[in-house]
Order: sequence, then structure tokens, then C-alpha cells
Amino acid sequence: MEAAIKQSSLDIDAIRAQFPVLDQEVNGYPLTYFDNAATSQKPIRVIEALNQYYSAYNSNIHRGVHSLAEKATNAYEATRVSLQKFINSGQKEEIIFTKGTSESINLVAATYGRQNIAKGDEIIITGLEHHSNIVPWQMLCEEKEAVLKVVPISDKGEIDLEDFNALLSDKTKIVSVAFASNALGTINPVKEIIEAAHKVGAVVLLDSAQAVAHLEVDVQSLDCDFLAASAHKMYGPTGVGFLYGKQHLLEEMPPYQGGGEMIKEVTFEKTTYNDIPFKFEAGTPNIADIIALNEAIGFINDLGKENIRIYEDELLKYATEKLEAIDKVKLIGTAKHKVGVLSFIIEGMHPFDVGMMLDARGIAVRTGHHCTMPLMQRFELEGTIRASFAVYNTFEEIDTMVASLQKITSRIK
Amino acid sequence: MTAVEEIQNEIIEEFELLADDRESTIFYIMELGQKLPPMDNSLKTEANIIKGCQSKVWLTTEYKDGKVHFTADSNTDITKGLISLLIRVLSGQTPDTILNTELNFVEKIGMGQVIGSQRSNGFNSMIKQMKLYALGYRAKAQMNG
Repeated sequence: MEAAIKQSSLDIDAIRAQFPVLDQEVNGYPLTYFDNAATSQKPIRVIEALNQYYSAYNSNIHRGVHSLAEKATNAYEATRVSLQKFINSGQKEEIIFTKGTSESINLVAATYGRQNIAKGDEIIITGLEHHSNIVPWQMLCEEKEAVLKVVPISDKGEIDLEDFNALLSDKTKIVSVAFASNALGTINPVKEIIEAAHKVGAVVLLDSAQAVAHLEVDVQSLDCDFLAASAHKMYGPTGVGFLYGKQHLLEEMPPYQGGGEMIKEVTFEKTTYNDIPFKFEAGTPNIADIIALNEAIGFINDLGKENIRIYEDELLKYATEKLEAIDKVKLIGTAKHKVGVLSFIIEGMHPFDVGMMLDARGIAVRTGHHCTMPLMQRFELEGTIRASFAVYNTFEEIDTMVASLQKITSRIK
Repeated sequence: MTAVEEIQNEIIEEFELLADDRESTIFYIMELGQKLPPMDNSLKTEANIIKGCQSKVWLTTEYKDGKVHFTADSNTDITKGLISLLIRVLSGQTPDTILNTELNFVEKIGMGQVIGSQRSNGFNSMIKQMKLYALGYRAKAQMNG
């Protein structure tokens, strides 16, 4: 096969063998899973960690003196330490467990935002944001009579730093941008954004849902103030995510939700709050999934982010060339720096129909607006077809999709 | 056998030729959609949109000589193909026939498995809307009669 020579150092067959879900037929064809930007599949070690927790040491964490509680607490806190190392944060207390990226962003909007945003202040986002990184800020702006500013997106799907700089002013209090776009794959120039935002005294949140499994993420070198991500897009379980925040910011922020765990002392007259990170983790958390997330981090670390990046870049380059060669296929989002996301449309055919026809061949892609309706409006589209890659995808799978697309486009009248 | 039953049987036979092949079935539905005459753009109004469908579906009716005539369009070929099947069975029938017809072809051709749950919900919304029109015309006819 012509693509074989392009393979990076990773043993993809061995990686695929770790994902039981990949070994199946869908509609009579081998499953081709290209919906990784929506959620990635889980390696067996993640699944086993869940099984092991419930089979051997299920117990509520913290405050328990018995052995199972101790074991569960240690495993839970071990994930925090792994995450800390994974994004190179200075302390483990800077990692707050949440339900996912959306909750992480909502947490910042509802605490830091409410505390620091006043009438007339400005919040900057970009035109390619996921609804999760638009709506919480809109809600905050509505409440505080603040203004949401949006950096425009070019035809290639990129932002121009000059446009961003033009929006920055001493009124800017928060900048919240995607590290990488879920709909187009564009990697934003986040380092430059953070630097510029800090010059006007704004804090920066990076929506890193699409970045953590694919790109090197180092919060200290980036100097971002907040970073939000989800476990399920990085080979981990659903229902879990995290928020990184700089220690001094988290300490100054009011609590997000009230409940168990987040308190130091409660009387009917007054409650004093716990220290970070527990101040932000009210109630019994998603213990099992947080413990299993540690295995997902281990999976990524064992392969090496750099190796993953090189391989996924090869997949993206190969797929881009192949898709560009198909008559009637138009790529949406051709930024210079991209993660492994290919958004495209087929002229004369609705994305839903294309998705359904690919599914008939066992190929899973996502179709629609990808929770980025303003971005779709920018391109005057109702939606796109999106193929997004993970480290277990292969060049052969891309060939399979390309062959199907050729067949589909040949049917257009 | 009634005319409506005959039409349904024709559809069932056509789909039998596709031999349960999912891809061929989808392509066939798409082709039916491509053959559906386009609706005048002036009729593609918000009021004519069927609620409950993921893609856009417009449906209008004309009541002539005691029969209901449906015209429909959609922004996707597959959805157009689906509604073209309903039009084939129900258009040009009396309100009573439309209301009393059990659309047994839907299950017989395994539509649910082919189009999935989301599109099945939309498909059911189309049927419901067509029957609602029939109900309206019947009520009107009874009042006038």
C-alpha cells in the first residue's frame, strides 16, 4: 500500500488491539471510526480500571477511615497528580475535577466572571468557538451588562492576530478561546493571544477539549490562566473533565456549588469553605471515571504526545490530499495549523445524507453544525461532514472513506 | 384490494428487490427524492415547515373534488425520498382514506432500521402532519355538507 511508507514509529496494529470497540462490523463492513472529535474510543486499560474499581474497592472518597475509602481516595487523587503532570501545572491543587469542558467553562463564568465582570467590561471569544465557549459568556454578559466581542474568522478558518489585537483594550477582562477548533481543526495562536491579553490585564481561558489528546499542552509555558478539557475526548470515560486554574485565581474565586466536600465548617449561621481544589468539588464526584481517567493519561503518555502528533499529522495530510482530489468535495477549514479534523461538504448533497451513506459502509462521521452554529453561518452553511482522527486510525480507513465518497459523489445528478 | 393497498404493495415489492442491502436502499430512497418535483420557492415558508424533522421539510396541500393533494420538498434528498413515498400512497386520496390507511409498508420495508431513530421520528412527524391536514379537510367538508 502506498501509504505504508509514511507510517511513523507507532505500531498502530498494537494500538488498535487495545480498543475492543474497533473490532466489529457495522452494517456488514468493518467499523471505521472517524468521530473522535465528538468522543474517542477507550482502551481496555480504561475499561478495566472501571471494572476494577467497582469490583474491588468502590467507596466514597475523603473522610473515610476504612481501607476501601483510603484506596479509592488515593486512586482518585493519583489522577489529579497525573493530570497536573500531563499539563505541567505547578501544583495538584490547581486541577479541579468537573463533568467536562462545558462545566469547567461555566464554573469560571459563574465564579471568576461574576466576581470580576462589571457593566461595560468586555469578554473576547473567536468566531470558531463551540457553543460551550459562547453561551456561558453570553449569560454572564447579559447578567452584568458586559459586552461579548468576537474575533472574525478568515475563509481558511483562521483568526488574524491583528483582528484580535484590535479588539483588546483596557475594557477586556476575559479572553476565552479554543486551543483547537472542533469543527475545522484550526489550531489557534494561543501563545500570542495569551501574551497580548495579559498586556491589557485580561485573564485567558483555553478551551482545550480538542487539544489535550493531540497537542502538547503546558500551562506554565503557555501561561494561560484557565484551561478546560474533557476526559472522553482523550481516551477516557464520559462525564468527567477538569479545569486548570492558576492557584491565586482559584483561591480568590467564590465557590461554584454548595454541598458536601466543599466546606470546612458548617453551622446554621455561617459556612466556611474548604481550600482548593475541594472548594470547587461539591458533592460526591464521579469517582470511578476519574480513577479510570488516570489510565487514559497513561495510555497517551506511553505512546508519547510527540509520536501521536506526528502520526495524526500524517493521517491529516494524507486524508486532505485524497479528499481534495474528489470532484464535488469541498474542504471547509484549510488553516495552516490543524489537528486531525477534516470538515467538508459535497456540492449538491446534504451532510445528513452523506453521513447516512457513509454509515451504510460502516464509516462513522459527524454531520451537522458541530455545536458551532455561528461558525457555520460565517461559511453560509447549514453544516458539514466531519471526519476526525485519533491515533488508532489508519491510512487504509481513509482509503475506505475516500472510496465511499467517490461512489456517493458519482450519484449526484 | 384498495388502490392504497396496491400502491403500498408496489413499494414493498420495489424494496424487496434491494434485498435488505442498506446502501442500495439508501441510494434508492435518494433517487426517489431526486425525482420529486421541486416545490415553488414561495411555498417554502416557515408556516409550511413540518415540525419535528431534523432537516427542513415543507408540506402544502390542495383540496380538490373531495381529495387531498400533497406537495412537499426538503433540503435533503433522502428526506425528499421519504416524503415522496408518503405522497405516492396518500396524495389524491379522500380525507377518510388518508385517516384510515395504515401505512404498513413502512414496517414491511424495514424503514426504521434503514433510516435510524432520529429520521424515523421525523418520518412519523410527516405522517402525522398529513393526517392532520386530512382531518381538517374532513371537518370542513362535514361542516359544509
